[in-house]
Amino acid sequence: RLAAGTTRFCAGIVSTARPVSIELKMAHYSNKLYQQLEQETGVQTGYMKTGSISLAQTQDRLISLKRIASSLNVMGIPCEIISPKKVLQLHPLINIHDLVGAMYVPEDALVSSANVSLALATAASRNGVQIHERTSVSHVTIQKGRVTGVETDRGRIQCEYFVNCAGQWAYELGHSGEEPVHIPLHACEHFYLLTHPLQEPLSSSLPTIVDPDGRIYIRNWQGGILSGGFEKNPKPLFTEGRNQLEIQNLQEDWDHFGPLLSALLRRMPGLEALQIMQLVNCPESFTPDMRCIMGESPTARGYFVLAGMNSAGISYGGGAGKYLAEWIVNGYPSQNVWPLDLKRFGTLQSSRTFLRHRVMEVMPLMCDLKVPRWDFQTGRQLRTSPLYDRLDAQGARWMEKHGFERVKYFVPPGSDLLDLDHSKTFYKPDWFDIVGSEVKCCKEAVCVIDMSSFTKFEISSTGDQALESLQYLFSNDLDVPVGHVVHTGMLNEKGGYENDCSIARLSKRSFFMISPTDQQVHCWAWLKNHLPDDSNLVLEDVTWKYTALNLIGPRAVDVLSELSYAPMTAEHFPSLFCKEMSVGYANGIRVMSITHTGEPGFVLYIPIEYALHVYNEVMNMGQKYGIRNAGYYALRSLRIEKFFAFWGQDLDAFTTPMECGREFQVKLDKGMQFLGQEVLLDQKQNGVYKRFTMFILEDHDTDMDLWPWWGEPIFRNGHYVGKTTSSAYSYTLERHVCLGFVHNFDEKTGEELVVTTDFINQGEYEIDIAGQRFQAKAKLYPFSSLFTQRRRKDEVELSGYQRE
Amino acid sequence: FYLTPPQVNSILKANEYSFKVPEFDGKNVSSVLGFDSNQLPANAPIEDRRSAATCLQTRGMLLGVFDGHAGCACAQAVSERLFYYIAVSLLPHETLLEIENAVESGRALLPILQWHKHPNDYFSKEASKLYFNSLRTYWQELIDLNSGETTDVREALINAFKRLDNDISLEAQVGDPNSFLNYLVLRVAFSGSTACVAHVDGVDLHVANTGDSRAMLGVQEEDGSWSAVNLSYDHNAQNEHEVERVKMEHPKSEEKSLVKQDRLLGLLMPFRAFGDVKFKWSIELQKRVVESGPDQLNENEYTKFIPPNYHTPPYLTAEPEVIHHKLRPQDKFLVLATDGLWETMHRQDVARIVGEYLTGVHHQQPIAVGGYKVTLGQMHGLLTERRAKISSVFEDQNAATHLIRHAVGNNEFGTVDHERLSKMLSLPEELARMYRDDITIIVVQFNSHVIGAYQNEE
Repeated sequence: RLAAGTTRFCAGIVSTARPVSIELKMAHYSNKLYQQLEQETGVQTGYMKTGSISLAQTQDRLISLKRIASSLNVMGIPCEIISPKKVLQLHPLINIHDLVGAMYVPEDALVSSANVSLALATAASRNGVQIHERTSVSHVTIQKGRVTGVETDRGRIQCEYFVNCAGQWAYELGHSGEEPVHIPLHACEHFYLLTHPLQEPLSSSLPTIVDPDGRIYIRNWQGGILSGGFEKNPKPLFTEGRNQLEIQNLQEDWDHFGPLLSALLRRMPGLEALQIMQLVNCPESFTPDMRCIMGESPTARGYFVLAGMNSAGISYGGGAGKYLAEWIVNGYPSQNVWPLDLKRFGTLQSSRTFLRHRVMEVMPLMCDLKVPRWDFQTGRQLRTSPLYDRLDAQGARWMEKHGFERVKYFVPPGSDLLDLDHSKTFYKPDWFDIVGSEVKCCKEAVCVIDMSSFTKFEISSTGDQALESLQYLFSNDLDVPVGHVVHTGMLNEKGGYENDCSIARLSKRSFFMISPTDQQVHCWAWLKNHLPDDSNLVLEDVTWKYTALNLIGPRAVDVLSELSYAPMTAEHFPSLFCKEMSVGYANGIRVMSITHTGEPGFVLYIPIEYALHVYNEVMNMGQKYGIRNAGYYALRSLRIEKFFAFWGQDLDAFTTPMECGREFQVKLDKGMQFLGQEVLLDQKQNGVYKRFTMFILEDHDTDMDLWPWWGEPIFRNGHYVGKTTSSAYSYTLERHVCLGFVHNFDEKTGEELVVTTDFINQGEYEIDIAGQRFQAKAKLYPFSSLFTQRRRKDEVELSGYQRE
Repeated sequence: FYLTPPQVNSILKANEYSFKVPEFDGKNVSSVLGFDSNQLPANAPIEDRRSAATCLQTRGMLLGVFDGHAGCACAQAVSERLFYYIAVSLLPHETLLEIENAVESGRALLPILQWHKHPNDYFSKEASKLYFNSLRTYWQELIDLNSGETTDVREALINAFKRLDNDISLEAQVGDPNSFLNYLVLRVAFSGSTACVAHVDGVDLHVANTGDSRAMLGVQEEDGSWSAVNLSYDHNAQNEHEVERVKMEHPKSEEKSLVKQDRLLGLLMPFRAFGDVKFKWSIELQKRVVESGPDQLNENEYTKFIPPNYHTPPYLTAEPEVIHHKLRPQDKFLVLATDGLWETMHRQDVARIVGEYLTGVHHQQPIAVGGYKVTLGQMHGLLTERRAKISSVFEDQNAATHLIRHAVGNNEFGTVDHERLSKMLSLPEELARMYRDDITIIVVQFNSHVIGAYQNEE
């Protein structure tokens, strides 16, 4: 039935105050859509532009609101940071004594969610859409990896495309077919309170209040209030899959709601005498990373998903629908939706136990401060390198990517870091000096970083099929001598990066491909869909077979040559080279002269059973060269100061090599056909509309000022030109470095114009961190002074590629 | 001087242990939810013992309390060994063969029991080899006997009790070349212990009891009130049947001397027990063993002393009485406790205190607004009050601790009096035994849903 799911119980708040950029865009679109819906369809939607006020009880909270305010403002959404006194003017019931500030978004709105659904359905029917209510889908039929139809209790429906929007049932529906589609979401009980009207009924135009520190939201509702929240101890539901058929109001649990009620009365003490109408308890589905799930299944073409709204369904609904529709019609959405793409998950996030534990962490996080570099604490230690215990014993602190544990940094013995809660900060973090010394060691001696999490594929064929198909799918020339490593993009037909990887040619007919950790599902699906259906062409995921050790630093050469009795100097082992050799007793170690940082060194791909041996040998031999362990934070600082972009953070399906200064990684002049070629040729001739640029913060005090993260607006001569995509402190420059894209918006029309080198160079730049602007120097090329040590011929990994 | 509440708590909680039957995400198919246990010493060292284990080769869980006398050696030995004897008695022939073959060829043994032990519950390392050999002889005999019939739990329990007591007696007669072990087996045999053991498998609950510890079932009536059902009979002078039994087993001439001052032969409180060979062996055997034994034994007046009017041994047996009970959904918990508890508390009170404690912790009656007119402020006040109430109950996380608190601290009104509790706990070691006995309690909580489901199947 339409709107019978969680929609029926939705609180109906449309709020654009979202920290993730793409979610913000979706909410913005939804708001505009709902506004005109009533007019277009004639169905009453209850749309009421009330505005919303997000309260801050702490300075840290205010900072996070200011960050959101910055990104709202540059999108043209009115928004301001206001004082507690102003809050009182806007909403007379609020107790402001414990507030430090608030954010006011005047255009946020309230709707009746069920009526919005009805209006949308009405509009759809008018355009020829058939809606079958009270029909249950038993499963989706898939043939040869394509959706062919849907089996329902009222018979079969043929179709090319199927969208699984089953909300909290999406997981089960995904598993109902022969070939399961994994949709990782899990339901939790979600409570809100309805009251009778006040003596003097509340005005329906009163703004919605969000008090994240109190974990509650409050809106006016028929003269009374509606108030719910995200408690610290959520109650997950239906883990066993015994799901109710139609959503019903679940058992009220006042004891559970108690803390939220306290928060409500603290915020609005005047409501003590207000009479309770009902405590509503409805299931809401949450996802493992707090972002919703949309996109096409990696295993079944035509099988689309839109679910897991994390209780913001009404805010996202309109925008999400728009992107999904574009996706189905055009083959791709008009915005980068990778952060929401179903393919960021694999089967590994689909365990019920994992989901149950993770959503119990996620739901309270909805109201927690979102600080940089936050790591989930549940569902951890799923995928680990064989060296995990060894590294852990040496003080490793871990983060997780796609289920894989990766080292952030190593805490030296004797030094203490803050505990989890106290380490949350927008300022200089407590690991600053630790990472600094790891970076120094990479620059002056040698460090080991375990990089086993990277996705590794092998592609081989009996004849030339492998080379031929790869030449078409990848932008750089792969017809290189055996033993060479090539950095290349895997582009879509619009020239955008679907993946950014390095490929080693192992033999005439086989290639070894390394891509970012979270590409495991996406890249596999892309290759499967694009490689010719040829049994002589074999694609294999070998991620689990190899442990990768990255030896970074000037002394890596010495360590490796001592362990292998082979000369490793640039003459014998030039940069971007790959060779199988012995290290210690272990033979068949794949050594590549890349480090993903621009520093000299090697990555060793070690068959896992040799991992411990090789690690021990390297550490023993390395001792006299001052070797130490390092983590990803050091790696990130190194690669960002070298202006290396990485996929998933800086690069996405809407970025072409031309836009990030990587023309030299494209075989435009070789006269070969490859995917995305036309767009690149056009850009080469007519120029690009955005340009990847490096910014060095000038007047930023590392100790005292807020740190940049990503998503900060960039201003050129006072005009907004784009956002940063990543940032790090450079220990070499002793400055913060931000990477981001610069656009050229026409001052009058807002139309995007060509961005030239001169445009970049002739501008005064500022970066806006939570409302405070810092001067920044823009650069299109990395500092050459950073490369003075041992430059190898001219083949240094210049402004190459990187990812995390 | 007074102990502060935290000090009292740390004394009461020192030996507490809880075990929850592991569940996988809300699914628990065991009829046992888990158990809480605790001990409060009066003797130094404490002479009570407790054990709990899950049978791994058959289904079911074993729980037991053991009250030692004349030292703790016998109770310790029984607490380590008895469950193995029971488990072996329950094993089917094929499994016994498999285990024997594994031992024979030096392969790894199938684990028989999974113990649930408090860190203070120890096993004797030195004697394990000796104990193992006795156990192995037992199962070898079971293999030879192979009756082919399926094992009856009642019989298995009786056999295990008798066999273990027999082995304790034999080991003391044979002795051991190692002087430490030799002294140990003698101390075990000359001291004594009662045993009260429960075996739970699905809805079948068996209680085997030897001596004066007690098992009691907590039943929740339809109106929510609590009542107690005895699942064991005390073997002491207060039990007419037991006095009758002892009199039947000995000539009429001894009738007057058998039970004096409510004690067996005027000496022993429990009428059945493990060990206590002084009440089982012939005088000649006792003299021979004591004389050939180590000096420590010879110097001990107690061991040398022969009970008066000792004419027709044995006077004592370890054979248990077994009661079988089919669990019903209203059977919420089982309390096993040594006489230290039952001396101070009536079973009806025990049922009420544990029952209220368990339900208080697990499901307070939920509030529903329904059609009433309730304001936010009223509801808030109500919830705050409820939270405060919960937190005071939560002082004890363990039902056994909660019970001990009442047993020791109850005043005439049946509520815990902190002053009294503090006084009782601060008694010096040598005085403590005058006011109270060692107390050992295990509270087993049943899973009514699973039990209900079993019932429906039948």
